[in-house]
Amino acid sequence: MPPTDAEPVLTVRGLEKSYNKLRVIKGVDLDLHRGEVLAIIGPSGSGKSTLIRCLNLLEVPTTGEIAYNGRRVENRFQSRDGNIGCGELRRHVGMVFQHFNLFPHKTVMQNICEGPVAVLKEPRAEVEARALELLGKVGLLDKRDAYPNHLSGGQKQRVAIARALAMRPDVLLLDEVTSALDPELVGEVLQVIRLLAQDGMTMAIVTHEMAFAADVADRVAFIDGGVIAELGTAESVIRHPASERLQAFLGRFNA
Amino acid sequence: MPYKWDFSTVLQYWDLFAWGLWLTFAYTLGSIVVGVVIGMIICFGRLSPFRVISGLARAYQEVFRCTPLLVQLMWFYYALPLLIGVTIENYVAAMLTLSLYAGSFYSEIFRGGILSIDKGQTEAAKAIAMSDRQVMWRIVIPQAFKRVLPSFINQSVIQFKNTSLISVISVGELAYMAAVVNGQTYRPLEAFTVVALLYFVVLFPMTQAADYVEHRMRVSD
Repeated sequence: MPPTDAEPVLTVRGLEKSYNKLRVIKGVDLDLHRGEVLAIIGPSGSGKSTLIRCLNLLEVPTTGEIAYNGRRVENRFQSRDGNIGCGELRRHVGMVFQHFNLFPHKTVMQNICEGPVAVLKEPRAEVEARALELLGKVGLLDKRDAYPNHLSGGQKQRVAIARALAMRPDVLLLDEVTSALDPELVGEVLQVIRLLAQDGMTMAIVTHEMAFAADVADRVAFIDGGVIAELGTAESVIRHPASERLQAFLGRFNA
Repeated sequence: MPYKWDFSTVLQYWDLFAWGLWLTFAYTLGSIVVGVVIGMIICFGRLSPFRVISGLARAYQEVFRCTPLLVQLMWFYYALPLLIGVTIENYVAAMLTLSLYAGSFYSEIFRGGILSIDKGQTEAAKAIAMSDRQVMWRIVIPQAFKRVLPSFINQSVIQFKNTSLISVISVGELAYMAAVVNGQTYRPLEAFTVVALLYFVVLFPMTQAADYVEHRMRVSD
């Protein structure tokens, strides 16, 4: 879908993030449009993860502004004066992590239902029905009562995706969700993400899977040294990289 | 000439042993309950981002961990009354000191447990929009609880034995009763052996339980 026609869900302006003296993000402007899949690629340590983690305020930007549906994001839990706090923001902007971070003391079903029941205060029966639907979607209905440590990495990540989706988010942030997986388990997770993309889910995806990015993303951002070095359609960025840095980077994936 | 054991004289005073054992249980349980409450407060104090609060909690921990319990008992019973001008009954001083002492150790056990939970757990909980309080009570503490259980039981075993010290301010718990029975019978060997056995019989199952829990946890992790 043509991203520029749609309204931006998340806008980032002048974003910078420093840890003490170390500047990790050095001024990023970015729009994420409704229904768009944005892939964020770049070398290790370039600031990709930091950038995506700023989008739901797991990292607090040093300077710059983030807005969700036009409302300024503030670094506090409660929303106030028309601005949006991280509590409300995270109800709409879900996240999936590299290391799954499933709750080990809860079953698969409890992991998925935790957010809607404890945070959104939705009726348990309703949430459980939705959780079963999601488990069907990620192909893990038979694991509903299993504990996370009895699952493979790929299964854990699919549960983690279902957990994020159970909140019915507007936007999904995926932070290197296949990087911790054995190679033979990567495919099953990417397949789930492909289905989400087909359903029109708005996503920002930090990934090292270039073929996948080229295939699924509407746009690709190449982050290098804390700035967006190239941004464009997947076709232009990955198939026809302009800069030498990006050519060299992509060359390592012999894409 | 070999020593001739004779427990019958000593065991005539079984009711003193029973009463002493009962008091030992009462002080142990009481100070564990109060100690857990204090321990949680001090633990959260130390985890507080406010320097003053974490500093005060730290000071509390160090004072009670770095002075002997015996000295603390003496201080609260003999010294504090001079300072505040109010007599403190021995049972009050005993309960107070045991609880404060237990609290300082429990707080460190709890803090260690909370800090041992992977940061990813907190992040995942925040990512589904939980408040800090929900993150703590729904995600971190239930996992930390399991992890601190063996240390908690061990510290409680120590607490049970530590109650013997309150005999120095004349609280009639088990160790005190041994001295009393010895005074009545002039049979120190039997009197103190009986008391030692009573402590052992109570605590041995506890340490076994701690080992069992620890073993179970290693399997399930």
